[in-house]
Amino acid sequence: MFDVNEIRKDFPMLQGKTMNGHPLAYLDNSATTLKPRQVIEAVNHFYCDITANAHRGDYELSQKVDQLYEETRKIIARMLNCDPLEVAYTSGTTYGVNQVAWGYVRTHLKKGDVILITEAEHASNVLPWFRLADECGFKIEYIPLNEEGRLTIENFRKALHEGVRFVAVAEIGNVLGYRAPVKEMCRLAHEIGARMLVDGAQSVPHGHTDVKDMDCDFLCFSAHKMCGPSGMGVMYGKSELLKETEPLCLGGGSNARFFSCGDVILKESPYKFESGTQNIEGIMGMGAAASYLMDIGFDNIAAHERELRDYLVRQLEKLDNVILYNPNGDSGIVTFNVKGIFSQDAAGYLASQGIAVRSGNHCAKILVDFLKTDDTIRSSLYFYNTKEDVDALVEAVRTCTIENCIGIFF
Amino acid sequence: MAGLLKDPMILRQIIMDHYEYPHHHKLVADPAYLNTHMASESCIDDIHVQAKIEDGIIKDVNFDGKACTISTASTSIMADLVLGKSLEEARKIIDAYYAMIDGREYDEDLLEEAVALQGVSKQANRIKCATIGWHGLEQLIRESEEGHDGE
Repeated sequence: MFDVNEIRKDFPMLQGKTMNGHPLAYLDNSATTLKPRQVIEAVNHFYCDITANAHRGDYELSQKVDQLYEETRKIIARMLNCDPLEVAYTSGTTYGVNQVAWGYVRTHLKKGDVILITEAEHASNVLPWFRLADECGFKIEYIPLNEEGRLTIENFRKALHEGVRFVAVAEIGNVLGYRAPVKEMCRLAHEIGARMLVDGAQSVPHGHTDVKDMDCDFLCFSAHKMCGPSGMGVMYGKSELLKETEPLCLGGGSNARFFSCGDVILKESPYKFESGTQNIEGIMGMGAAASYLMDIGFDNIAAHERELRDYLVRQLEKLDNVILYNPNGDSGIVTFNVKGIFSQDAAGYLASQGIAVRSGNHCAKILVDFLKTDDTIRSSLYFYNTKEDVDALVEAVRTCTIENCIGIFF
Repeated sequence: MAGLLKDPMILRQIIMDHYEYPHHHKLVADPAYLNTHMASESCIDDIHVQAKIEDGIIKDVNFDGKACTISTASTSIMADLVLGKSLEEARKIIDAYYAMIDGREYDEDLLEEAVALQGVSKQANRIKCATIGWHGLEQLIRESEEGHDGE
């Protein structure tokens, strides 16, 4: 295990920062995460010491950039247990899912084929499929959630049928934080010849990921939710599938040759997916972030979050003004409302007490029907959070009254 | 009255009252009313505003929907303020309100109870809540004028 107070020293944002006069309790880690100095230094290193474009120059600086550009791919491959050439850089999960949708699913399914998702998916794992359904005549079907809001293997089994050709689900849902049985799902999907994409935005940063063991066909995630820079992410795809995937974007960097007759020879994957000058400093920062997390150990990260989460749930359950939506969640996401108070009013009061959480529907607009509420407060933990952060949240929730919510304006 | 509207306790109570017991909080199905649906992109506020405007006078304003304390109270107060006013008077009130919310100089006398929302000017993320109903009314006024232009 690690010493959380030692870990916190790595984070400039955790050095005595206050919000509205209170110590900052940053509990919005499902939205984005704080950055350790190791990541900041990696980004700065590019800006201060080795600025040059990748794959372009015949001079030493550029070659150094090339080397680091590929180094991150190896680090990510180690983190995911895959081949570095199965790691394509993207701008984030959203781009990755769109890339798979347009580049693979669009050309591999035919009219009437079914794409299976759930009602708990984030907009980024819904809207790309809606568009394909609209443009190509594919059908979207939903795996029913159980009464708790969970995706169970039994329900997945029931939802699977011969017409299903593609499955796209989040390993950890971004509202309720349940873990989907993705490994078993991949196995069942493959039995009927369907392919499966795993949205890893909320899972990859928080626990051990092994794509070989899971046997998913595609996995997308974002760097900024794992202590890395914004605008950076990864699309993992099985090597033979990436070969069959068309790049969403074409331009410099993705092609080997092109001719005036219109013929284009694309580079091999993953390079064909990396058109235009990439977010080079982002790639370096992401490499540093992945190394940082692996050094701490994903199992340690998961264990710390588990312990804090259980503590938070126990404390919230003691309050009589709280509606808790996921007491049995599997991740650091704890979703609730304060009875009789609109979530944005409550989040405003919590902010006045130094607590950063999120109110709203969390980009999962179709989950609303399931939760029977339009919006919730989502607190989400990471390995640098402490019991003190949790205590501050619980105390603020305890004192969250309409009077106090309005009081923040005076 | 002006003195009372400086006391934070009273201002807070004004917002409380309008949130817990909003005025004009209903919608009527009457073709004499103009209607608009206001859904904020950045938050969950989602309200319908309707107004009956005849001979250049605001005869009635109603609203309903999902809304936080600030959007509910601000719209309720607005409905009280503009009732029976000419479109020109209403526009002056709306402009003064926007000026207050933007942190600019404004005419307190025009705003009456709406000055309770002055503190919102310091919370940038809630400005949309404080103006959603007002933007709705503004839209209905514009629509009513355009309707007259066409006649």
